[in-house]
Amino acid sequence: MGIWVSFFAVIALVLIPSVGAQGAGQYIFGIFIPYVAVLIFVIGFIYRVVQWGKTPVPFKIPTTGGQMKSLPWIKWNPLDNPATTGGVVGRMALEVLAFRSLFRNTRVELRDGPRVSYGSNKWLWVAALAFHYAFLVVFLRHFRLFMEPVPGFVGLLESVDGFMEVGLPRLMISGVVLLLAALYLFLRRVAVPQLRYISFAADYFPLFLIIALAGSGLLMRYFIRVDITSVKELITGLVSLRPTIPEGIGVIFFVHLFLLSVLIAYFPFSKLMHAGGVFMSPTRNMANDNRQNRHINPWNYPVKVHTYAEYEDEFREKMKEVGLPVEKE
Amino acid sequence: MYNKGKIIIGLVIFVVFFTSPFLYGLVKSGPPPEPELSPKAKEAKLCVEAKDYMVESHMQMLNQWRDEAIRYGKRMYVATNGKEYVVSLQNTCMDCHNNKTKFCDQCHNYSGVDPYCWECHIEPKEKK
Repeated sequence: MGIWVSFFAVIALVLIPSVGAQGAGQYIFGIFIPYVAVLIFVIGFIYRVVQWGKTPVPFKIPTTGGQMKSLPWIKWNPLDNPATTGGVVGRMALEVLAFRSLFRNTRVELRDGPRVSYGSNKWLWVAALAFHYAFLVVFLRHFRLFMEPVPGFVGLLESVDGFMEVGLPRLMISGVVLLLAALYLFLRRVAVPQLRYISFAADYFPLFLIIALAGSGLLMRYFIRVDITSVKELITGLVSLRPTIPEGIGVIFFVHLFLLSVLIAYFPFSKLMHAGGVFMSPTRNMANDNRQNRHINPWNYPVKVHTYAEYEDEFREKMKEVGLPVEKE
Repeated sequence: MYNKGKIIIGLVIFVVFFTSPFLYGLVKSGPPPEPELSPKAKEAKLCVEAKDYMVESHMQMLNQWRDEAIRYGKRMYVATNGKEYVVSLQNTCMDCHNNKTKFCDQCHNYSGVDPYCWECHIEPKEKK
């Protein structure tokens, strides 16, 4: 169900600019929608992070992927179960840069017997790493169109990315890796029954959107060429807040730009917000130092207490009368 | 908001990173390039193929020319309009477009393209 809804939604998103980005329609797809999308992206992202920041964490939530710090002769795992801020930074860096929690992904199988067996399954981790880093490189390479003069790191990135010097324009490995990894992440959801069962439109839609985005980009670079100079003129016009629509840009560019606009406008309201959310997750960003520092529940109200000393003060005479022992005479 | 300081620092990094093209664009933004046609190219009026095709896809044509000339020895190219051209960057292309810095480099520098033509070919000397 969700898979077809997402599929046809993305098909529609490709068709809308293909039909609409003609003549005056180019002002809508080339200027208005990108600006709105950037605003939604930045404001929405901040809004979501602030909402998470306002949510109290009642107690320390350290995921115990490793042995916590306790007695000196019990071996402590300082990266998986950090007790210091430095350790938390280390765990977060491993999570953000190397996707450590995906590395722990396991496969459950029923073997004959029947016997449950757990096995290592690193494909998700490999594909996720390939996907995210390829996307990062592709995004950074786009800075040659965002900035004039072109920043120096772009040339360096391109010479590494295109070092095989296949064809002209040179084949960039990251673009192909991005598309293949996204296709793998999609096929994985379809091919594995358990994954298919837990996949919804919200899982398929971003995948289809990114596949279409990467596909349109590759098409535009290698097959249906557009005048890149005019494209850059349009983009630099957008970013310097002096928007213009140069003539003669192929419609495939507007399809690519529209898909990107939809992606970033959809970003803050979707699972893609894990980009900001990973930093806000209490299971990753809290040190397991319960025994050293007390964590005060932020929604604790002042509890009215009646201590024993006060109790005794109140009833001392009566207690003495019936012969109960008192601490203070 | 809890951990206000840290969250705000994170958000500032996010905003600066994702709006950096805007921040950069507001301070610096060069005008689009104006590739200058040499008198000879102007006179010819037509390149090997139509102008739009040349603007968008000249690199693919050059790549095809190179492969055919170097690997298969095919030195003649028949254009869509039937006219024949000698397949040669230096003798055909650069004969008309003899002003590399004012023609080729204009757009290449603008869009950060670093063609490797001149790793094998000798860069034409220009009169200043």
